[in-house]
Amino acid sequence: MNIIPIRSSCSIRVTLNGRPVELAVRPEALLLDVLRDRLQLKGAKRSCDMQVCGACTVLLDGAPVSACTFLAVEADGREIVTVEGLGTEERLDPLQEAFIDHAAVQCGFCTAGMLLTAKALLAEDPAPTRERVVHYLRGNLCRCTGYRKIVEAILACAHAR
Amino acid sequence: MSAPGPLRVVGRSVRRTDALEKVTGRARYLSDLELPGMAHARLLRSPYPRARLLGVEVARARAHPGVHAVLTAADLTWCEPFYGPALRDRPLLATDVVRYEGDPVVAVAAVDEATAVEALDLVEVDYEELPAVMTLEEALAPGAPLVHAGEPLAGHFSDLSTLRARPGTNICHQFDYARGRGAGGFAEAALTLEDTYTFPRVQHYSMEPHGAIAAWDAEGGLTVWASTQNPFSVRAELAKMFGLPASRIRIAVPLLGGGFGGKTYAKLEPLAAALARVAGRPVRLQASVEDAFRTVRRCSARVRVRLGFRRDGGLVAVQCDADFDVGAYADIAPRVIQKGTYTATGPYRVPNVVLHSNAVYTNTTPGGAFRGFGVPQIAWAVESMMDVAAERLGRDPVDLRRQNLLAHGEEFARGDTPVDGKLEESLSRVAEAIRWHQASAAGRAKGVAVMMKASVAPSVSEAIVRLHADGSASVLVSTVEMGQGARTVMAQIAAEVLAIPLARVTVVPPDTSITPYDQTTSSSRSTTMVGRAVQDAAADVVGQLLKIAAAHLGVPAGALAVDDAAIVGGQRRLGYPELLDLHFGMRGGELIGRGVVAPGRTQAPLGGSTPFWEVAMGGAEISLDEETGAICVEAYASVADVGRCINPQQCEAQDEGAVMQGLGHTLLEEMVYEGGVLLNANLVGYRVPRAEDVPARFDSVFVENADGAGPFGAKGVGEGGLVPVSPAVGNALARLTGIRLRELPLTPERVWRALRARRDA
Repeated sequence: MNIIPIRSSCSIRVTLNGRPVELAVRPEALLLDVLRDRLQLKGAKRSCDMQVCGACTVLLDGAPVSACTFLAVEADGREIVTVEGLGTEERLDPLQEAFIDHAAVQCGFCTAGMLLTAKALLAEDPAPTRERVVHYLRGNLCRCTGYRKIVEAILACAHAR
Repeated sequence: MSAPGPLRVVGRSVRRTDALEKVTGRARYLSDLELPGMAHARLLRSPYPRARLLGVEVARARAHPGVHAVLTAADLTWCEPFYGPALRDRPLLATDVVRYEGDPVVAVAAVDEATAVEALDLVEVDYEELPAVMTLEEALAPGAPLVHAGEPLAGHFSDLSTLRARPGTNICHQFDYARGRGAGGFAEAALTLEDTYTFPRVQHYSMEPHGAIAAWDAEGGLTVWASTQNPFSVRAELAKMFGLPASRIRIAVPLLGGGFGGKTYAKLEPLAAALARVAGRPVRLQASVEDAFRTVRRCSARVRVRLGFRRDGGLVAVQCDADFDVGAYADIAPRVIQKGTYTATGPYRVPNVVLHSNAVYTNTTPGGAFRGFGVPQIAWAVESMMDVAAERLGRDPVDLRRQNLLAHGEEFARGDTPVDGKLEESLSRVAEAIRWHQASAAGRAKGVAVMMKASVAPSVSEAIVRLHADGSASVLVSTVEMGQGARTVMAQIAAEVLAIPLARVTVVPPDTSITPYDQTTSSSRSTTMVGRAVQDAAADVVGQLLKIAAAHLGVPAGALAVDDAAIVGGQRRLGYPELLDLHFGMRGGELIGRGVVAPGRTQAPLGGSTPFWEVAMGGAEISLDEETGAICVEAYASVADVGRCINPQQCEAQDEGAVMQGLGHTLLEEMVYEGGVLLNANLVGYRVPRAEDVPARFDSVFVENADGAGPFGAKGVGEGGLVPVSPAVGNALARLTGIRLRELPLTPERVWRALRARRDA
């Protein structure tokens, strides 16, 4: 079978981690590839390729999306936050601090997605119950930690606010 | 050196040294690396479980724009195309036959992955389908088709010099062990139980799939960046395949996104290297998760166990016959089957033992190492049957286990390390943590299970510690960081012995051209073996510092002590930079310390004595939705005898993760084949535990008697917690419902069918 590649490109404008970015992307380009290969933002990871594991999670207008199955063109005009946009050089985001303090990081491959999902949750609900946190993490897999320390980190961060 | 004071860094839950880079997205994994001019590779995999290759036509693919290399088996005349750590039974690319759905047939490297995929679409392969063996039953049937026709060459793994294939069958290795009167011991038994349990094919699902980037230099040297747990084994494999001295090969290992055993031994590295050679440029071969399902899995097993008890409940004889399904290529499975079967007697005193296991080829994804290394498969059977025995003997399951536990210092098997932990203490702690002696609420029940696992032996770990002129230190070890926190632990050990702050210690990433030999990051061995090497290397540096100080101060070294980055004696205090300045006569130079841990061969049944016994016990409390058959693990208690926690928080993290992975194969996970094809090679069809699957109550308990062979009395942790999960949950289910299931996973459907069968009976 021959796949006929589409070589034309579209111009998109996004706000990426607070900065305006304009770039040309192919219509079939996935947001994850554009972020990782074009923009060198390697924090979002490729794992399941089918919107299950959450390792590629980024925030789009504040909502978590799986960049592995999201077309870059659909991000046009919207605001994207990746893990590189959390916190600042001088000061980590409280969630990043909490993940470190609670040993919620092991191999780290799920961490960016976990942090961004948690960020979206806390924006939605600054004081979630444990049940809410657990439910909200349905789209984020971790194979190292057993989740407990991740949930604890998010709850600690919520309570500290 | 004077007697050590209280520990400063060891035993504390210091922050992981890699935590900051990981929470900021700055951590770099294999898939994040890019080399100038790098090509991207894809593989064409067999769609059939077994077929003859009648023709492979690649001319159109070669001519496709943007393609740098197209490889088939016929092109690999310039290297040794077979590899494998136990048996060199695996071709780089299928030669005359394919042996499983997913067996690589053609490899392409192109300017990008999309172009490589386009090129693969232009390849035409003519297959003649052959009858396949998909199950143990089919593979072991008389006259079964043979997955491998000829006898493969032995691999490089030293302690498998006694590989025992059974020619003319699909059995590529057999393990036998007996002591006492063997099966004759059952004559003394008042109660004999016999049953068969099965364990499914399961997938590691490291979130980061396998990957390798290979590049040849102008002098014919080879560098491979690899997501591997044992770079030195990969190096040995590549040296043999490409006819290079080990010194010309460099294996560099970035952070791994999980390993769990699935990244031990060569996987994609040989193909990446071959492609890079032909392409004449660096090549990246990055697996997808679907590829990972077709790269390696846990060996499934059918385990027949006989247990013989005296009237008083004492175990008098154990017999175990296990068939492990090792898939299409042996990988390290021959070691898996012997390590798993060896401890079929659990942590129990058993005078008469006869064990036999077979490694059986089938036309499925190759089976290899996976957390627990053969022990979970056997323990599922034995520990389920311990509960059956307790019921038949009218005994409490915890009491029956306690009666049979080996004592501290008691021999497990002749020639092997005596039991190095207090097993009774672990059992008491698990009973306490799961509230064994309190009645469960209505609709709930508890189960326990215990295990003991040997670590790899003999094995070698070396460490180098460099104390720089400014008093900071570099630790050179080849331990791979795959999430377990080993780099943090090594830094803690070095900082402790050198008496310098943790922030002054840097652990150099594994690179076979720089960091010294280490056999493998697996078998829960790094803290014990590499940790001890680091401790020795740091102590070597301290010894040199004391000598320098003694010479300068004119006092015996014994009169001096180490304190906060200085050597002190009486009123004098010499900081490390000052001492180095004195020693070298300038501000430069460094002290180099070396540590080697190499216990060597022994008369133990597996050829070496285990450096420690990994002991883990688990207790589960479950409830059951009888309408759906869904088991809910309400509470879980995990007890690990770790000797001493170097970093308690990381020990907990390891243990929690192990238990959750155990809950995966207990309740959810199974690779399903139909018509020779793997149906669920993805995270939709293959469900792994999510946050909502974590038991509401969870206790991770550590027994710390500082009685391990590792640094500061530590032993290994990381695999053990996974092992007791299945039998603990199965035992709880039996106590709740009276139903004893012998097949994992305990899916709602399986439980529901069993409930209905009982109702209908």
